[in-house]
Amino acid sequence: MGLSNKSKEILTGPFSKNNPVIIQMLGICSALAVTSKLEPSIVMGISVTVVVAFANVIISLLRNTIPNRIRIIVQLVVAAALVTIVSEVLKAFAFDVNKQLSVFVGLIVTNCILMGRLEAFALGNGPWESFLDGLGNGLGYGLILVVIGFFRELFGSGTLLGYPVIPEVFYQWGYVNNGLMILPPMALIVVAVIIWVHRSRNKDLQEN
Amino acid sequence: MEELLSTFVRAVFVDNMIFAYYLGMCSFLAVSKNVKTALGLGIAVTFILVCTLPINYMLENYVLKEGALSWLGAGYAEVNLSFLSFLIFIAVIASFTQLVEMVVERFAPALYASLGIFLPLIAVNCAILGGSLFMQQKAFAHVGVATVYGLGSGLGWLLAIVGMAAIREKLTYSNIPKPLKGLGITFIITGLMGIGFMCFSGLKI
Repeated sequence: MGLSNKSKEILTGPFSKNNPVIIQMLGICSALAVTSKLEPSIVMGISVTVVVAFANVIISLLRNTIPNRIRIIVQLVVAAALVTIVSEVLKAFAFDVNKQLSVFVGLIVTNCILMGRLEAFALGNGPWESFLDGLGNGLGYGLILVVIGFFRELFGSGTLLGYPVIPEVFYQWGYVNNGLMILPPMALIVVAVIIWVHRSRNKDLQEN
Repeated sequence: MEELLSTFVRAVFVDNMIFAYYLGMCSFLAVSKNVKTALGLGIAVTFILVCTLPINYMLENYVLKEGALSWLGAGYAEVNLSFLSFLIFIAVIASFTQLVEMVVERFAPALYASLGIFLPLIAVNCAILGGSLFMQQKAFAHVGVATVYGLGSGLGWLLAIVGMAAIREKLTYSNIPKPLKGLGITFIITGLMGIGFMCFSGLKI
């Protein structure tokens, strides 16, 4: 890879040590709501990555011209414009998934990852770093979504991406899908388990 | 009247913003450390929801929806501006948040200091935009229902964050496995509260 060390760190930091969902506590709402199946989780991860990366670039280019007092409104307008584009694209090419995501595509506008990264990073860094930061954070978010979606769909419906993966024999032996996994509260508990595993492996992240 | 009551009860308990849709989780997790701050934020969120929902409802039905502009004349009957709804909704919400921020700063400086960054961030609290988007999706009959829906979702959010803050205050004294401390245990408690709230889901009025 032709990336310098610093760029590499910006890009890959959010995958684990600085993950937006489980460390920075950003973007949790959508991470929980769309993950009852794997497919919407993937689509959501990609949409957020695209929006965050490009919003970061745009805000970073404008950062010296935005007056400080109205910056939140400017950021929201940029974000809302990008989300409108993504939402129209999804409606055109992935209508079913768009239906499943319902209001949560629109809610990317208020996704805290977006605002958090714009505030914390894009306002103080150049366009290229901001792009990498947006990409990294979007992917780190997508990663968590895919993990949650994977477990919830596997245990909740016994399928992955809609294809059955648990052999018929298991059902004949008396295996039953855990309907609870599909329900909203279990998403929270799955996230808690991810946090537990992640923090017991990275002791320095534990809170006192 | 019956419709209003049922919309209200559904919004508070059955379609609770936090436990059924997880909207507004970020501030819910970050500001629920003590009851007083949680109450303040809850009231601010409720207030903004009650103000913005009727405005957005009017905008949706008289400006944005397909054919909504027909009151301007027959020529406008085919105009469909619904792709602008995200932009318009968020602009209304952001300006109201600014207003509330100024009022709180003037009349309750202590609350202002303790809410910190989360007050301006109400603008990006998903519960608020979520309220408007659900309003758009549910197509309420008239503006009264939309207002009541806003009040209900706001109170539901308030209920959830105050309950959570109360539990977390007690939690300080308990012995939790180290990696679960802080964020982890909060998620588990929210999940358990969510399971509790699910018992309302069969509720019909």
